Amino acid sequence: MENYDLQKLDPIIENYRGKAGSLIPVLHKVQTEIGYLPIEAQKYVADSLQLPYSKVFGVATFYTQFSLEPKGEYVIHVCDGTACHVRGSTDILKELREQLELTEEKITTDDLQFTLETVSCLGACGLAPVMTINDKVYGGMTPEKIKNVLAELDGSDQ
Amino acid sequence: MIKNKADLRQVVKDAEASVQSEGLRIMICAGTGCVSNGSLDVYAELLDQVSKLDLPISIELEGEKISDSNVTVKKSGCHGFCEKGPLVKFEPLGLLYTGVKVDDVQEIVEDTLQVGKLVNRLVYHSPTDQKEYPKEKDIPFYKTQQRIALANCGNIDPEDIDDYLGHGGYQSLEKVLFEMDAAQVCQEITDSGLRGRGGAGFPTGRKWEFARMADADQKYIIVNGDEGDPGAFMDRSVMEGDPHRVIEGVMIGAYATGASKGYIYVRAEYPLAVKRLQKAIADAEKAGLLGENILGSGFDFDLQVKEGAGAFVCGEETALIASIEGDRGMPRPKPPFPAQSGLWGKPTNINNVETLANIPIIIEKGSEWFNMIGQPNSTGTKTFAITGDIANTGLIEIPMGVTLREVIYEIGGGIKDGKEFKAVQMGGPSGGTLTSEHLDLKLDFDSLQEVGAMVGSGGMVVMDEDTCMVEVARFFLSFTQQESCGKCTPCRVGTRRMLDILERITAGEGQPGDVEKLTHLGEQIKKTSLCALGKTAPNPVLTTTQYFRDEYEAHIEDKKCPARQCEDLATSYKIDPEICIGCGLCKKECPVAAITGEIKQKHEIDPEICIACGACEKVCPVDAIS
Ligand SMILES: Cc1cc2nc3c(=O)[nH]c(=O)nc-3n(C[C@H](O)[C@H](O)[C@H](O)COP(=O)(O)O)c2cc1C
Ligand code: FES
Repeated sequence: MENYDLQKLDPIIENYRGKAGSLIPVLHKVQTEIGYLPIEAQKYVADSLQLPYSKVFGVATFYTQFSLEPKGEYVIHVCDGTACHVRGSTDILKELREQLELTEEKITTDDLQFTLETVSCLGACGLAPVMTINDKVYGGMTPEKIKNVLAELDGSDQ
Repeated sequence: MIKNKADLRQVVKDAEASVQSEGLRIMICAGTGCVSNGSLDVYAELLDQVSKLDLPISIELEGEKISDSNVTVKKSGCHGFCEKGPLVKFEPLGLLYTGVKVDDVQEIVEDTLQVGKLVNRLVYHSPTDQKEYPKEKDIPFYKTQQRIALANCGNIDPEDIDDYLGHGGYQSLEKVLFEMDAAQVCQEITDSGLRGRGGAGFPTGRKWEFARMADADQKYIIVNGDEGDPGAFMDRSVMEGDPHRVIEGVMIGAYATGASKGYIYVRAEYPLAVKRLQKAIADAEKAGLLGENILGSGFDFDLQVKEGAGAFVCGEETALIASIEGDRGMPRPKPPFPAQSGLWGKPTNINNVETLANIPIIIEKGSEWFNMIGQPNSTGTKTFAITGDIANTGLIEIPMGVTLREVIYEIGGGIKDGKEFKAVQMGGPSGGTLTSEHLDLKLDFDSLQEVGAMVGSGGMVVMDEDTCMVEVARFFLSFTQQESCGKCTPCRVGTRRMLDILERITAGEGQPGDVEKLTHLGEQIKKTSLCALGKTAPNPVLTTTQYFRDEYEAHIEDKKCPARQCEDLATSYKIDPEICIGCGLCKKECPVAAITGEIKQKHEIDPEICIACGACEKVCPVDAIS
């Protein structure tokens, strides 16, 4: 982030200037661009859209899709929705945390390879328990399968 | 570009002719479930092999004949039977192959398409009656179903507007634009008895009427595709599998309420739904079905997709409006209702995806037809997502009033792995829990309300005998507690306190009187919360304390989890060496041989093997085990 040129955000913001209700789409786009929403970028968006910074920060922290921390290259979402929970998502989460040496508080590995988060339902409940890695859906997960899935990632460049 | 009625007629005629010319349609499910099982590879392989086939083909299969037919391979939306995917369907034969892999494709082409022979291993085999069911409509999972909202899901290509037009699409729009005025449309929907499928079950026609009556220079209509209830994916399936139906439904709603601008609010976790809807909107605009002066009727309508950003409470209509306006999604008190003052302070009508998916067919077939389906006070059908410990997980649509037993045992194929049914959570984390005493309950708005549950979104999570109901209640509360937006105190603080109590109960630190505290708090939160999130959050606790009181007591008084799920309680038993007399009774009784020790010597329990069944404790003559 240190040397990210915030002016690169101008074209994104320009598209939405003067349009009502544009803060959330702008934050989505900025996050796609930078990977997360650093404070400096939030302040820049606030200034550009002539909104109080408190409002931008409020919105950025309200929604779970927005992240104020950088994320790993692979973002793993383990579903802990009801259907997945009753089919054993807790064990999947435990296994992943163990293998990646992450915890409930520490969700990203130091080398920025992996981020591990839980979500409440990915809408693929028929395949429970489910997880996604960068939007690819893995259904019918078991703790045993996890090693293979992670090993596959190491070799692939998706 | 369709400019008027005559253009539309021509386009529809062409689309129908093109559907006809496709001949035998092979539909490969491209819903999320099947895709993650590799259905896209099956699609690519089929496409390739069929392209090399000698056409036309003539075959006879299961009593159906097709002669001189073309063969077309297509991707479709979700067929619902996700458990058995990837699914491949053959129309008009009605044949369904399940669990299809790339390696099966050659046989499908050589046997089924060329000589009309079934590939037996791909035919659904029912584990309950041991029969083979080649045809989709005969499979027990589909037999009781009646597909209205999901009629096209699995039968058409969601990314092809012509396929929708060729299957009766946009005809109801034409009908309302030229044959009905707004008041008549509202009346027709009121007469149909359609009630909102988003949770509250409010009559849709009446809601439209309120918005129609509101006087304003600008009105809005919003499609609620937030679908935040974990365990529900019907709206996703409709948006992904039949996006044009949602568009047609919302357009009819816009015409009826006088809205010229609409939004489809889709949760961020559904990227494919966003993509499909955006494509469908672009295609409809290009065709002239969206925009200005639609079909030359003078009706203008502009439609946009809005992506959510991850917050369950944004499914609540006033929070959803705040979110579209670019704010934190926090509900506000009602009245004023959105129909008076909604988006940007203008009259706004909000409907759920499934509600709107029912609209085109009601207009087409009439309110009387719709009235005949379901129950007098809950007309039509409802989709349910059946998940959890059930043999056939998936998405179903049944007439209102089918019993829980039919859903679980006939459609769902019973409990997974032959276990016993224990409970089902209806309507998401804020719904209620039903038990075996409710198996003959009719699934409709009023019957469910009477027993403290609700249809809600239609999520149905089935739980077997090994599920701890206290832990389930804790799980739901932790969800609602986390999703509480924090605006009102009863919900923000009250759910936290309830969760604290549940956490200590499941940790083995429950105190006498905890159940009373929970119910008391629950009743208060229900009465005093600002929005329905808080008003319904205590439901799972209130229903489980009612139906599974003994489990709560086992946790609190005996420090035991009868289902052995709560880790802190399921710890193994111990033998107090000071008291043990070495009689060996416990060793004999232990079903897993976890106890060692010689007669007259101290005995010991291996905590790794012990399953905490409590059998040893019962037989110990000197109470040395606890
Ligand atoms: C916390 C909460 C979450 C909700 N989530 C949804 C949802 O995801 N989808 C939905 O259609 N309605 C949801 N609703 C209900 C909506 O507020 C609203 O009643 C519904 O969209 C109206 O549409 P209908 O009349 O077609 O059912 C939710 C309500 C609450 C209180
Ligand atoms: S509960 Fe996990 S995908 Fe729905």
